[in-house]
Amino acid sequence: MPVIEFQNVSKRFRHTTGRQLLRTHILRWFGPAHHRTFDALRAVSFRMEEGESLAIVGANGAGKSTLLSLTAGLIKPDQGRVTVKGRVAALLDLGAGFHPDLTGAENLVLNAALLGLSRRRTKELFEQIVEFSGIRDSIDDPLRTYSNGMVMRLAFSVAIQADPDILLIDEVMAVGDTRFQEKCREALAAFRRAGKSLLFVSHSAPAVREMCRRALWIDQGALMMDGDVDAVLEAYEGRAVMKQPG
Amino acid sequence: MWNGDYLFVIRNLVEKDFKVRYRNMSLGVLWSLLNPLIMMSVLTFIFTKIFATRNAGPYFPLTVLCGLVPFNFFATAWVTGTISLQENAQLIKKVPVPREVFPIASVLSNCLHLLIQIALLLAAVAVFGRGVNLNWFWLPVIWALEILFVAGLALAFAPLNLYIRDIRYVVESANTVLFWLVPIFYSFTAIPARFRDLYQFNPVAALVLMMRNILIEGRPPLASTLSRLTFVSFAMLAVGLLIFGKLKQRFYEQL
Repeated sequence: MPVIEFQNVSKRFRHTTGRQLLRTHILRWFGPAHHRTFDALRAVSFRMEEGESLAIVGANGAGKSTLLSLTAGLIKPDQGRVTVKGRVAALLDLGAGFHPDLTGAENLVLNAALLGLSRRRTKELFEQIVEFSGIRDSIDDPLRTYSNGMVMRLAFSVAIQADPDILLIDEVMAVGDTRFQEKCREALAAFRRAGKSLLFVSHSAPAVREMCRRALWIDQGALMMDGDVDAVLEAYEGRAVMKQPG
Repeated sequence: MWNGDYLFVIRNLVEKDFKVRYRNMSLGVLWSLLNPLIMMSVLTFIFTKIFATRNAGPYFPLTVLCGLVPFNFFATAWVTGTISLQENAQLIKKVPVPREVFPIASVLSNCLHLLIQIALLLAAVAVFGRGVNLNWFWLPVIWALEILFVAGLALAFAPLNLYIRDIRYVVESANTVLFWLVPIFYSFTAIPARFRDLYQFNPVAALVLMMRNILIEGRPPLASTLSRLTFVSFAMLAVGLLIFGKLKQRFYEQL
């Protein structure tokens, strides 16, 4: 049974020149409509089965993040259909929803609530999350005193301990130190063994190879290739090399 | 898709606002008391010493405070509600939490501030020798209606402010105008009779009127005023939810 299904999904963004000011709206009523558009995704279709781990590779601006945002339900497709079954936890940005003036513990609880955990569940998991993050000594310090790596530890710990059915990860793992990365890898391996699904965006070929057997390659919003991770990486990296000047 | 705990999220957002606000102020809660007291003193001075009005009465400072507290709450909650989505852009673009929680939490986070001001008002009532009466039981009812009304306004204006960022300034200007159109430093009886009915449709004015009824005159709010406030509050909430629902699909693109 597919947990994520994209059927012919397209998404187009408007290049809004600057901010949404009254001035721009008034100009738009008088002048001809002349906003440039940008096709973030063009007619992408794929299915991800339950328990599968799928990597998405592609150059910057290829549409990988748009794909994750559509999966998380942050945006709606212009055309096509996105179907997602199960509880999703999205790690799209380091520290989205974290406030620098709150302590680590307060941020932890806020983040758990935003992910959809109940008050009781948050209380039950609190110790486990702190333990996993490995930053118990600084958990009552304000977040602005944390390094990027520590914020990432906290964010990842909440998301993985929240035990979602589907985990979306956008390129955040690179921040932690080697030891914590090792811990993340183990936790993700356990997550996959538990039959959960993982959608994973990364530029690191070794990480992609380790996590996933299947990969999608996206280029300029179009799905170029969907298949075995080695074949996809080979094609993608070959293309990347060819594109370099000289 | 997101089937989490709405109340828990809202509570956490409210706590966040409160902690962040008061941790960055050395005088903390004292600011909530100082502002209305200063305004009360200034307005009392002006309208009893400079523009000495005949109908000022012995409870003039109390009358003014009954106007200032509802007005301050309304004005602040309307503005913070209006900018709530813009302020939480980071979250809206990255976390699939239902968007309605942001304006609602921002209105509610003004309520702690409000409770402090109401406590101040009740203390002032005691100082002026107007004791506790049974009609105080009406206070939670009328304030709940007012909060519903502001929540409706915030739900309507927060998405509009994403599409047109100037909305925030429109709201701020409207508040300046409203300061004069709400009976803060004048009494209801000073308003010409033909405008009085219209005034009572203004939920802030209605609240001021009822606060004075209860706290100074010691009588229950008028049924006609109460029913109008109830109607306007629920209507505003419905309109707010409708506008929010229509516009929320494209928040991401507007931020």
